[in-house]
Amino acid sequence: MIETRGLRKSFRSRAGRETKTVDAVRGVNLEVAEGEIFGFLGPNGAGKTTTLRMLATLIEPDGGEATIAGADLRKDPAEVRRRIGYVPQGGSTWDESTAREELVLHARMYGIGKADAQQRASRALDAFQLTEYADRKCKTYSGGQRRRVEIALGIIHEPKIVFLDEPTTGLDPQSRAHMWDEIRRLRRDGMTVFITTHYLDEADALCDRIAIMDNGEVVAEGTPTELKREISGDVVLVGLDLAATPQAAQALDGEPYVNKLETADEGGLRLYVDEGATSIPQVLRRLDQAGLDLRSIELHRPSLDDVFLTKTGRSLRES
Amino acid sequence: MKFARDTWLIFQRQTQLLLRNPVWVFVGVFQPVMYLLLFAPLLKPALNAPTQAAAYKIFVPGLLVLLAIFGGLFQGFGLIAELRAGVIERSRVTPISRLALLLGRSLRDVVSLMAQAVIITLLALLFDLRVFIGDLLLAYLMLALIALMTSAVSYGVALKVKSEDALAPLMNTVAQPVLLLSGILLPLTFAPGWLQAIADWNPFSWAVDGTRALFAGDLGSDKVWQGLTITAVLAALGVFWAARQFARSVR
Ligand SMILES: Nc1ncnc2c1ncn2[C@@H]1O[C@H](COP(=O)(O)OP(=O)(O)OP(=O)(O)O)[C@@H](O)[C@H]1O
Ligand SMILES: [Mg+2]
Repeated sequence: MIETRGLRKSFRSRAGRETKTVDAVRGVNLEVAEGEIFGFLGPNGAGKTTTLRMLATLIEPDGGEATIAGADLRKDPAEVRRRIGYVPQGGSTWDESTAREELVLHARMYGIGKADAQQRASRALDAFQLTEYADRKCKTYSGGQRRRVEIALGIIHEPKIVFLDEPTTGLDPQSRAHMWDEIRRLRRDGMTVFITTHYLDEADALCDRIAIMDNGEVVAEGTPTELKREISGDVVLVGLDLAATPQAAQALDGEPYVNKLETADEGGLRLYVDEGATSIPQVLRRLDQAGLDLRSIELHRPSLDDVFLTKTGRSLRES
Repeated sequence: MKFARDTWLIFQRQTQLLLRNPVWVFVGVFQPVMYLLLFAPLLKPALNAPTQAAAYKIFVPGLLVLLAIFGGLFQGFGLIAELRAGVIERSRVTPISRLALLLGRSLRDVVSLMAQAVIITLLALLFDLRVFIGDLLLAYLMLALIALMTSAVSYGVALKVKSEDALAPLMNTVAQPVLLLSGILLPLTFAPGWLQAIADWNPFSWAVDGTRALFAGDLGSDKVWQGLTITAVLAALGVFWAARQFARSVR
C-alpha cells in the first residue's frame, strides 16, 4: 500500500548568523501492507512528522521515491492526495466553525457534491459519537472531542490510507482507549492506517507492525512480537530481604535455566532466563529447598523500550 | 470548472466566517463613515476647494483607495491564525486548487471592500457628490484590482513569514511610504518636484490619479487607462506569486 525508498529531507534553519542543516529524515525505506495498522514509534524530533508530511504531499522530499496506494509521490502528487487522508499532529479545526461545517467543507474540498457531503458529515458525526456537539463551535470542545472531529475530517472522503500523526497525545487513558477502538474500526472498514506515536504501549497494543525511528532513520521494523523476540529472553525479578540475598544467589547461580544473575543493592535478584513462565516454578522450588523466604517474584518480559534500548543505546522513556 | 467551484467554496466559507463576527462587520462599516464625517469637513478650506462637493470629489476617491490598500494589506493576519490552527495544512492535503485557496480569500476581501465603497459613495451623495455611474463602476473596478493585489500580497507574505510579529512591522513599513507618496490624503499637486518624481514610481499614485479622474468625470484622461493597466498587471502578478506560496508553503 505504501512503499518508500530512500526518502530524505533536510531543513536549513537560521540561528543568529549561522545556517544550520538538520537532517530530519535520512533515507527511510518502508513497506506498509494493505489493511494493517502501521505504527511509527520514535522520540521527539525523530522525524516522524516530517516523513508523514512528505508522504502526504505537504513537503517535497529532497531525495528518494514513494508509491502510495498505487500513485507515485513525485510524479503524481494530485492523485496521492485523492487517495489519502491526513490528520496533522497539531490540530486542524477552526475555532469559530462547528464540527458539521468543517466536515461538509472538507468533503467538498475533495470535490464531493453538497448533498453527499452533508450526508457523509452526518454519518461521520454519528460514527464518532459527535452528533450531540455537531452544531457547537469547535472552540467549545474538549481535547478528546476535538481530536475525534479531526480524525473524522481525515476520513470523510473514504481514503484508502489515512495518516494519523499522534492521534492520542494529550488524551486521558479512557479517551485513548476509545480512540484505539475508533482506529481499529477504520481498519475493519478496510482502511490502511499509518499512525505515529511515542507511546510504547500504544505501538504494542494497537499496531500490527511498527517501525522504530530514531534520528531520522528506521532502526527496526517488524511486528511488536517479532521485535521483542529479537531481544532474547525474559527477566525474573526475585524480591528478597537483604540478609537472604547472598544465600539465594548461591543457590540459584549455576542452575541450568539461568543465563545470568545480578544482585540488587537493596536486596533481591535479577535472573536472565530464556522462558520466564517455565523458570519461575523452578526458582520457587529451589528457594524452598534452600529454606529461604521470598517476598515477591515478578516476570519482566522485554518491552519495545528494551528493543529501542538495544538498537540505539538510549531508553525511549528517558528521551 | 473545478477551479471556479473550488474558489466559490472557499469564498463562501470565508464570507460566512466574516459575517459571523459582528465586531468586524461593525468596524468595517463604522470606520469609513468616521473618515467621511470627521475628516472631510477639514478639507474644503485645506484644499481651497470652491464647494464642499468639489472637496469630496478629491477626497472620496483617495479615501476609497486608502481603504482598498489597507483592507487588503492586513488580511494576512487572519491567514496566520488559520496557519496556526492547521486549517491551511488541512486544505493543502486535499486536491483543491491552490489558486482557489488564495482567490477565494482575496475575493472575500474584494467584496467586503466593495460593500464599504458603496456605503461611502452613498453617504457622499448626501453631501452633494455627483458621479456618472459608468465612471463610478470603472473606479470600483480599479479599487477591486487594488484590493485583490494587496490582499494577495499580504497572504503571500503571511505564508512566507508565518508570524504576526514579522508581518505587522513589514506591512507597516510598506504601507507608510506607499501611503505618503500616493497623494491619497492630499493631492501631490502641491508637492515639490523631487517628491513628485518619487511618487511617479509609486503605482498607487497612478491608481489614485486614475480614480480621481474618474470621479471628476474625465473618462478620456490618460490617467484612467494608465491607472487601470498598472493595477491590473500588479494584481495579476500578486495573485500569481501568492498562489505559488500556497502551493509550496512549509508548515
Ligand atoms: N520546518 C522545519 N524547519 C526546520 N526544522 C524542522 C522543520 N520541521 C522539522 N524540523 C526538524 O526536523 C527534525 C524532525 O522533526 P519531526 O517533526 O519530524 O519530529 P517528530 O518525530 O515528529 O517529533 P515529535 O514526536 O516531537 O512530533 C527535528 O529536529 C525538527 O526540529
Ligand atoms: Mg511529530
